[in-house]
Amino acid sequence: MPAALHFDPIRLPPQCEQLRQEVRAFLAEEIAAGTFDPHRPDREDTDAPEFSRRVGAKGWLGMTWPKKYGGHERSFLERYVVTEEMRVANAPTRRFFVADRQSGPVLLKYAPERIKMDILPRICRGEVCFAIGMSEPNSGSDLFAAKTRATRTEGGYLINGTKTWTSSAHIADYMIAIFRTSPPTKENRRHGLTQFLVDMQTPGIKVNPIGQITGQAEFNEVVFTDAFMPDDHVLGEIDGAWKQATSELAYERSGPERFLETCYVLTELVRAVGSNPDIRSAEGIGRLVAQLHTMRRMSVSVAGMLQAGKEPVVEASIVKDIGTVWEQQLPHRVRDLAAFVEENASNRETLENQLSFAIKTAPKLTIQGGTTEVLRGIIARGLGLR
Amino acid sequence: MKTGSAVAENENIVVQTAEKIFADLADPQAINRDKEGAWKAPLWQTLSDAGLPLSWVPENCGGSGASMAEGFGVLNAAGRFAIAVPLAETMLAGWLLAQANIPSPEGEMTVAPANPRDHITLNEGILSGRARGVPFANAAKHIAVLAHGTNGLSIALVDASKCRIEAGLNLAGDSSDTVTFDKVAPITHKPATRSFDPNALLLTGGVARSLQIAGALESLLDISVRYSNERVAFEKKISKFQAVQHNLARLAGESAAALAAATSAADALSTASGFNDEIFLEAVSAKIRCSEAAENGSGIAHQVHGAIGVTREHILHRYSLRALAWRDDFGSESYWAVELGRLVARRGADELWPLVASR
Repeated sequence: MPAALHFDPIRLPPQCEQLRQEVRAFLAEEIAAGTFDPHRPDREDTDAPEFSRRVGAKGWLGMTWPKKYGGHERSFLERYVVTEEMRVANAPTRRFFVADRQSGPVLLKYAPERIKMDILPRICRGEVCFAIGMSEPNSGSDLFAAKTRATRTEGGYLINGTKTWTSSAHIADYMIAIFRTSPPTKENRRHGLTQFLVDMQTPGIKVNPIGQITGQAEFNEVVFTDAFMPDDHVLGEIDGAWKQATSELAYERSGPERFLETCYVLTELVRAVGSNPDIRSAEGIGRLVAQLHTMRRMSVSVAGMLQAGKEPVVEASIVKDIGTVWEQQLPHRVRDLAAFVEENASNRETLENQLSFAIKTAPKLTIQGGTTEVLRGIIARGLGLR
Repeated sequence: MKTGSAVAENENIVVQTAEKIFADLADPQAINRDKEGAWKAPLWQTLSDAGLPLSWVPENCGGSGASMAEGFGVLNAAGRFAIAVPLAETMLAGWLLAQANIPSPEGEMTVAPANPRDHITLNEGILSGRARGVPFANAAKHIAVLAHGTNGLSIALVDASKCRIEAGLNLAGDSSDTVTFDKVAPITHKPATRSFDPNALLLTGGVARSLQIAGALESLLDISVRYSNERVAFEKKISKFQAVQHNLARLAGESAAALAAATSAADALSTASGFNDEIFLEAVSAKIRCSEAAENGSGIAHQVHGAIGVTREHILHRYSLRALAWRDDFGSESYWAVELGRLVARRGADELWPLVASR
């Protein structure tokens, strides 16, 4: 076989169960206090800064990072539990999620010590929000076509150009972005891009929210006009961003957020059909639950491999491919099954509102963070086809 | 990433033994050419000599006393070779008999019922009822039966020649027979323990089939990838076409999902003491998801192969048709989906996530 795929039946260790109960109790308190409504994923309060600080105070941000930087030196599997419980509850995680999952680990690996000591503890306290500056108007999946320039100047670089589809840029304190420091070479078209830490307060940065079909405006256009980046904000190798992008992707691609994004509609369908569903509803729900369980077992398996220090790049891509296609189709399957829900079902209006939002959310799920086409290309490479 | 091996390697000695026997005596090309079935007897003899058919029978009941996990590993390997001898069936029969401390006889066995809608009764020591879709009943010397009596569940060992057996074939051409117990006296019978779950036979059988399907899908992926790297069309290997690459990536995903669901369920059954809701979720999810993967995955494998894949001469059908046929045994995915849906509804919406997260 060109590539033996591994999905060992890894179980979350016992300490995760106590943590899960703590997270559930915390979320129940937050819901009771009115911080957020778990039945309204479409609500507009998704940046909830106070909630973010309380999550940090619980020790649930930077969970796997060194204590020296405010982290808690716990396992990826413990972080996994916190992530999935937050996601299922529709908690307002936007303000801290990207920093905790992605940006912090990049800083840990590539930022100078001074910056690590400054920013990482603030991420752990839930005080700072990060965005990721990858896509541009003429480069999306083709990351290495990015044109936004970083031009050498006294003590740093001047940035000119435009990033787009940048989630949370309108509330972000920082962005981790790739800018062009050199042209690509004949031998390597990926050469010439450099990763930077961007302070969003820097003069010369303008953020323009972009309205989405869901009614929200969570992504943005970010225009740079002679924005100055000091030398110590370069992350990693000049011109060598392409070497740094790959290994982190396994974390980004295989987490519970890659199949739980629309899960609330399934829960609400179960509520709507009641305790004695007809055979059609029962079969439909049974299949969806079996698929959900399987997705989660695959995702936990990849988390376990990551914790063990392996690099399951192909397995992680499979989880995101299957998971995002599943969560994209889920609202449509639930809609099919809800066709015969009783007119007087008490949660009918909630279900309909949720379906409307989930169906409008669905198209982006197989685009953000690596399109289905890109993922299948990675899987095909792992199979020895390219 | 591992490269170069014909099958995923397993570190367990029992599974390695099975893999070696399959590799030596169940070559798919040779089996496909052998119209008389001459390959079956030496394979079965060697498997028996190695104690594999009675893997799940403790040594004091005449078996080799392997663990549940090892036995499931053997069945996953059997699926990778799509072998068509009653190995899974004899293992299940031995396991069922051992639940009532009934020693296993030598030779091929199978189990009944294999369909959740069939019901066999035991009254005053006499078995009555009909079991459809019993795999390899025709080839079995004995049948292990789970029967309902006035005093609860019983487990019985039956001489197959005492039953009326109407031969049938599954999609892959393997025996799938109707067994009628017309007032049959078993060789022996004993009441099942109080804690024995009425669904235990079907669920264990379903997990066995899930592992076999997952194994067959691994081979479907392997064969399809290799074929795409050999076959030339439009002056290049078809593996270089993005449409083909993406189809194979989807097949890898289906294979991965089946493997994850099946090995998770096998692990669950190997370590659990009974069938609570959580173990039920594991077992039926494996059967449902592996059956779906069989449909999705075999379709892609055939598409990649083109016309050669639907010929009897090519080995592809050995895997694709068995993966599809195994869906029907021990409760189809539709049956278990209804049961799982009802369980979820009974527990209520707010108990859905805790159920999923419990595993």
